[in-house]
Amino acid sequence: MISLHVNGKVYQVDVSNDTPLLWVLRDTLNLKGTKYSCGIGECGSCTVHIDGKAVRSCTISVGEVQRKKITTIEGIPENHPVKKAWIKEQVVQCGYCQPGVIMQVAALLSQKPALNADQIINKMDDVICRCGTYPRIKKGIKTAIEMTKKEVKKS
Amino acid sequence: MKTSMTRRAFLKGSLAAAGLTIGVSVTPFGHRLVSGAEAEKSGFKPYAYYEITPDNLVTVYIPSSEMGQGVWTALAMIIAEELEADWSQIRVKQALAAEPFKNPLFNFQKTVMSASVRGWYLPFRKAGAAGKAMLVKAAAEIWKVSEEECEASKGVVRHKKSDRRLAYGKLCKKAAALSIPQDPSLKKEDEFRYIGKTMARLDIPEKVAGKTIYGIDIDRKDLWYAVIARPPAYGAKPVSYDQKAAEQIKGVEKVMSVPMGIAVCASSINAALKGRDALKVNWDKGVLPDMNNDYIEKFMNEELNKPMLSVVNTGDAKKAISEAAKKVEANYFVPFVAHTTMEPMNCTADVRPDRCDVWAGTQAATAVQNVASSISGLPKDKVNVYTPLIGCGLGRRTKPDSVIEALTLSKALGKPIKVIWTREEDIKNDFFRSAASHRIEAGLDAQGNLTGWSHKLVSLAIAKHINPGELKDGIDYFCMGGLADRAESPALNNRIQYEIPNLSIEFFMSSLPIPCGVWRSVQNGPNAFVIESFIDELARAAGKDPLEFRLQNLKSNMRARRVLETVAEKAGWGKPIRQGEARGIAQHACFGSYVAQVADISVNKDNGAIKVHRVVAAVDCGPVVNPGPLVAQIEGGIINSLSAALKEEVKFENGGVKSANFDDYKIMKMSEIPEIEVHIVKSSEKMGGIGEPGVPPAAPAVANAFFNATGVRIRRIPLTPNIVMDALKKT
Repeated sequence: MISLHVNGKVYQVDVSNDTPLLWVLRDTLNLKGTKYSCGIGECGSCTVHIDGKAVRSCTISVGEVQRKKITTIEGIPENHPVKKAWIKEQVVQCGYCQPGVIMQVAALLSQKPALNADQIINKMDDVICRCGTYPRIKKGIKTAIEMTKKEVKKS
Repeated sequence: MKTSMTRRAFLKGSLAAAGLTIGVSVTPFGHRLVSGAEAEKSGFKPYAYYEITPDNLVTVYIPSSEMGQGVWTALAMIIAEELEADWSQIRVKQALAAEPFKNPLFNFQKTVMSASVRGWYLPFRKAGAAGKAMLVKAAAEIWKVSEEECEASKGVVRHKKSDRRLAYGKLCKKAAALSIPQDPSLKKEDEFRYIGKTMARLDIPEKVAGKTIYGIDIDRKDLWYAVIARPPAYGAKPVSYDQKAAEQIKGVEKVMSVPMGIAVCASSINAALKGRDALKVNWDKGVLPDMNNDYIEKFMNEELNKPMLSVVNTGDAKKAISEAAKKVEANYFVPFVAHTTMEPMNCTADVRPDRCDVWAGTQAATAVQNVASSISGLPKDKVNVYTPLIGCGLGRRTKPDSVIEALTLSKALGKPIKVIWTREEDIKNDFFRSAASHRIEAGLDAQGNLTGWSHKLVSLAIAKHINPGELKDGIDYFCMGGLADRAESPALNNRIQYEIPNLSIEFFMSSLPIPCGVWRSVQNGPNAFVIESFIDELARAAGKDPLEFRLQNLKSNMRARRVLETVAEKAGWGKPIRQGEARGIAQHACFGSYVAQVADISVNKDNGAIKVHRVVAAVDCGPVVNPGPLVAQIEGGIINSLSAALKEEVKFENGGVKSANFDDYKIMKMSEIPEIEVHIVKSSEKMGGIGEPGVPPAAPAVANAFFNATGVRIRRIPLTPNIVMDALKKT
């Protein structure tokens, strides 16, 4: 049995240590928002957070992430600045890569000290979108930064 | 997932009892509106429909597949507009694959040729208007007043004098019993509330939440996952494999030889993948073991010399060119390009003795239904094809190959089966955008008018694999995009736009054994690279500015002229450009729409890298339904086109595909994209498509800018740093 800490819950899963985290999230825990696309860590569709950092879940095994804090797209609240910005800027087309893209941006946005829009945009080549939503991802990043700043001011 | 209607419920017309149902029936003689009550009485099957229910909701059944182009929203907007519904009461449901949902443009349920909105625009407007007329009539009867005294707005009918009001939900049952008007009056453009204004896409919130169900996410009780070991070379057959080793992997349930290879079925995808590795299949060498990229290019260039089929022969091109004041000739080559949709091919099927269910993110619902009926041996009314949302289509999902596999395995094993292709399988077994080899000669008179054009094209078959009906007298019109078109083709005007009095277009279907298919814009993309690059070569020969030369040879083509003039103005054509940058222009028409683009680029002459800084586009697609997603489609089309123009080429070796994954088949990333500006030209011309027409002009605009930057013409894409350096060194 392997113990996984995902989106604030602890799960016991009966899989071998070397199983890629991606398949366990999708098919054992039924968290299907995390997507398979390349299986070699090249495209970023399977990006999740491990202890707050963006990681490709297709190339990391469950054995490596026991006792670590895993967050998937389902664990990002609906009022998170990235999710809100993605709707405001109508970033998405087919949407298949977007959970990975959103997880990548959310991790970069939470870095301390804070990164500016260009610094975040420069770290976006880890995630591929075939529909060509990149111009709107850029807009979404800028809007998410604005929204984050406003939230900080409010609090 | 939005639940799908049950086909049986619809065909029996039982929904008519729930509220007001309006359908559209399309015949070769035009379309006819049908109410649910009428359909029930006559057994008449409407095409596509919507319903208004007592809960005051309007549910539109969307016949086309949603792959991010925004078809759910656009079609719902058209209904809402003429129905005078309030946007908040609109719901959409993805329709099943069924007779009633065939696109009027092809009598086939498929999401291709940028045809959804242009196919449904008028029928859906009329359907919306008919519903409104019936609701108004129902209200007038209740109030015992004349219909003229009533008006409908935002889902409510109001009696103007007394200010009495009734919501659609309250009226729908009474309205359902009324006869349906066949020619309801439509709104004027200046009365539009939704059409022409950007409406937020209905599919986006769930996608952002990560809750959207794609085909690959379908789950069934007792599901087995299947992966297939496939031949590494075209036509290769397995010589030996270790079935026992695969069966010993924990979780592997069944190893089975199937026509496409050796399938491993398991209780988890991970076990299936491990089982397949354990097979260690030895394959024979296939049908053409020497084939690699050099072989292909040489082979196709030689095929240019074979006797060809004449596609267009107007005037006497040969004579006109021999007598021309100036003559230009060139050969071009475009390689194979892969789709690499982010969601790899997959399908889930559950074949039982008395029913068959298929979940396929498909662009060709009718084709899926046909193969499901044929493989299951069940009549179509026992076959349910569900279309989950699609993780990128690009044309790849017109082929039901993974569908056939899931059906075959499910039928043999009596279990629900989900076939998943790995990325490697997806690239190696793609139906590529075809390579093409071109030889063109053209003549100009002393004033720079085109007098003759002779075009020879070698391409692999495309329609043959998808829609053999498109193959006429040996000519595959899917290969001819941007050059020639069948007279009655629903592609609408996919032919060369320039005014050429003597035109010859010839075609030879290559015999290479590589499967090809439709790739966003079909061959309009690669053909536009060739045509529009060559037009710049002719402009140079004529001593004319590329824009001026185009306009001169498009004298009466007002739509092409207008997009060129608009893009030239918006991009500052002829005005100074930033230091170190060069500018190129191109235009193309396909699927009824006209697009021109200007690209600003720079070339690093030390390493051959091309940087595209800005692309400006002008689009005339006739009336616009939802401008925001329309612009997004053009942006995406430009990025796909640039990716193919600068980076993508499928590699072959030993008679099969060498390219395997995103590490060796690279597509455009965020740091590589230009600024993109899209200008919509206001137009009341016939509506064209929008999913694909953004693609073709970007590649030649960049190639033309490259010439303007370096004085070197590269007649082949992709313009990778290596190819650029080789070309620069040769001069």
